Amino acid sequence: MKISLPRMRKSKASKKAVTGFDQAKWIRGFSIAAIVIWIFYSFVVDVLPYEVSSIFQKWMPATTVNEALVWVICALGLNIVVGYAGLLDLGFVAFWAIGGYVAGWLMSDFFQQVSIHLGSTAPAQQRGIHISFWGVLVIGGLVAAVFGVIIGAPTLRLKSDYLALVTLGFGEIIPQIFYNGENIGGFNLTNGSKGIAPVDNVGLFGKTLGPFDLDWKYLIFVSLTALMVFISLRIRSGRLGRAWLAIREDELAASMMGVPLMRSKLAAYAIGAVSGGVGGVAFATHVNGVFADRFSFSISIILLAMVVLGGMGNVWGVIVGALTIAWVNATGLPAIGDTFNSAFGTKINFPSYNFLLFGGILIFMMLYKREGMLPESRLKELLHETDDETSNTGRHS
Amino acid sequence: MAKSSARLSARLLIERTSASLIIGLVFFWLAINLLKSPSQFFQASVIGISNGVLYALIALGYTLVYGIIELINFAHGDLFMLGGVFAATFIAVWFGQESPSSVGYVVFFACLIAVMGFCATINVAIERFAYRRLRRAPKLAPLITAVGVSFILQFVGMRWNGSGPKTWNSVLPSGEFVISGVHIQYTTIFSFAVTIPLLALMTFIVTKTRRGKAMRATAQDADAARLMGINVNKTIAFTFALGGALAGAAGLLFQQTRGVTNYNLGYQLGLIAFTSAVLGGIGNLSGAVLGAILIGLVQGLNDGLPIGLGQQWSQTVVFSILILLMTFRPTGLLGKPMIEKV
Repeated sequence: MKISLPRMRKSKASKKAVTGFDQAKWIRGFSIAAIVIWIFYSFVVDVLPYEVSSIFQKWMPATTVNEALVWVICALGLNIVVGYAGLLDLGFVAFWAIGGYVAGWLMSDFFQQVSIHLGSTAPAQQRGIHISFWGVLVIGGLVAAVFGVIIGAPTLRLKSDYLALVTLGFGEIIPQIFYNGENIGGFNLTNGSKGIAPVDNVGLFGKTLGPFDLDWKYLIFVSLTALMVFISLRIRSGRLGRAWLAIREDELAASMMGVPLMRSKLAAYAIGAVSGGVGGVAFATHVNGVFADRFSFSISIILLAMVVLGGMGNVWGVIVGALTIAWVNATGLPAIGDTFNSAFGTKINFPSYNFLLFGGILIFMMLYKREGMLPESRLKELLHETDDETSNTGRHS
Repeated sequence: MAKSSARLSARLLIERTSASLIIGLVFFWLAINLLKSPSQFFQASVIGISNGVLYALIALGYTLVYGIIELINFAHGDLFMLGGVFAATFIAVWFGQESPSSVGYVVFFACLIAVMGFCATINVAIERFAYRRLRRAPKLAPLITAVGVSFILQFVGMRWNGSGPKTWNSVLPSGEFVISGVHIQYTTIFSFAVTIPLLALMTFIVTKTRRGKAMRATAQDADAARLMGINVNKTIAFTFALGGALAGAAGLLFQQTRGVTNYNLGYQLGLIAFTSAVLGGIGNLSGAVLGAILIGLVQGLNDGLPIGLGQQWSQTVVFSILILLMTFRPTGLLGKPMIEKV
């Protein structure tokens, strides 16, 4: 027999209670922020006096903004798996790599054997597969989703810590296949450590966006981010989202209440993977290529640190966490290091401290602020209910 | 009911068939290689087993800690790496020993004790300051903390050892002897001579001493053990010390037999060792040793056989084993089936 979940009344108040944000309100706020930043970077920076614009070049260049948005897209995907469904995924980099290689295969002249053109900006005489960026986004998302299901399927019966290990294993295997894929049965699948570069330009309303059209690409990336936020929030307040939260809070109780564990968990993996794939495609166009040695374990951990820092399960927290860490990683540490070294005459290599920083963030947050900087109210209660030393229920074995 | 049980048995059938198919293929591959060149086969096996013994030392640390507090201690592999860096500093930098000599042997054994103490101390400190506070927290919290600790240890390794690999000369004799075409290095014999007494000592401590009894009691039920007057915190700290000491010994042996240290070695070897622990049945001590030797053998054979995937796929093979195991037999070879307690 199947017991269905009680349907929540779809009033405005209840939706606000679930997401913490009014839908119309966040779309308005998000668009205003996005457009202000866009106007600033495409028009204002150029007319500013050199002293001011050089500060921006050093502390917040446009390329960092775009890269940070890619991180946000991926972190939002990981948030669905870790934050919503409570399944620890330590191999999220696999989806990023898959998305990247889909872009590499379908948007470059890598496959010299064929010549396929589909709405691409590449000149028609070029060999290889050239599909429009927008098509590749969809394909990349779908391929990543398929792999999400493949990775998710064997882990469904596992306990949480084993699951972390299996995802970690996939996160190692998939980049290794790409790295060693120069000669698979005599076929050059991935070009090995040399990677696939360059990828095609992006076509947008008849414009052709090369690797240096940062402000237009910013608009694309920010719309993708908005789409991911929208999807995250909508699913969160819907039936599937509530099923995920129930699984996160108590898997056994959820299954007793008729929540389909298998389907819900697979959906979490698949939807999380979609944004990993989309992020991978976006990143490939951002750096104009895919390179196998970029997809290391530390990327999975940095993504996890973003989700943990911001607040597992809270979309806005994750965005803030991802933007902060991405900025620190790309620009913050070198820039702070430069300033510090020139001010005190020292020669400290600040970027080399990133391991310490990310490790420290994970430990510190887990010890003192487990729910993150912008906590989700339900998760806060959940993460502290078993802290009582006298309780016997704390250790689920 | 009948329908669901039929479906269940169908799934079981598929699992059994695919599992035996995989095992059959592996044996077929081994047989072909054995027939093709026996000496290469045995050579690869010797290398594999000597690697496996090293993995066993690391895998025991995982299995001990998992057995007692059900935590996958991600930082354990990095502890092994730090052990290697410490050993290199101790032998080559502080004592200046870089070639086989009688002084070198004395320093080697002094270093064995020092590195075991060093890694045990670090492991106990990690337990005290990070994991102990999270013992009753939801599982996600200590797991993420362990990943964080692993990153910090890697950072320490990077500061200490530099961001690239460093090579060292061993104080162990470098020769080899040949038995019917199979070359056996003296260092292999040496690492056996160090590892086997350590494993025996470990088994003795866990099965025969009062401390070991306390460990087993705590592993079974921490609350009941506390009621029986066992100091649970001390027992868990002691377990971490044991695991750390073994990781330190493994670090020294690795540094001396391979002559290389690098900050990211711990991550790779840690994962391999963890796979071994799972293969043997996590929480089971003899299982960890068996699993480690099997994994070492698989890796050695894959790298060294004429018909094999070759070294660049070595890691992929190990992780595939990990995933297949987790899927088909999460309890491992010697593990007891786990019953989900509510």
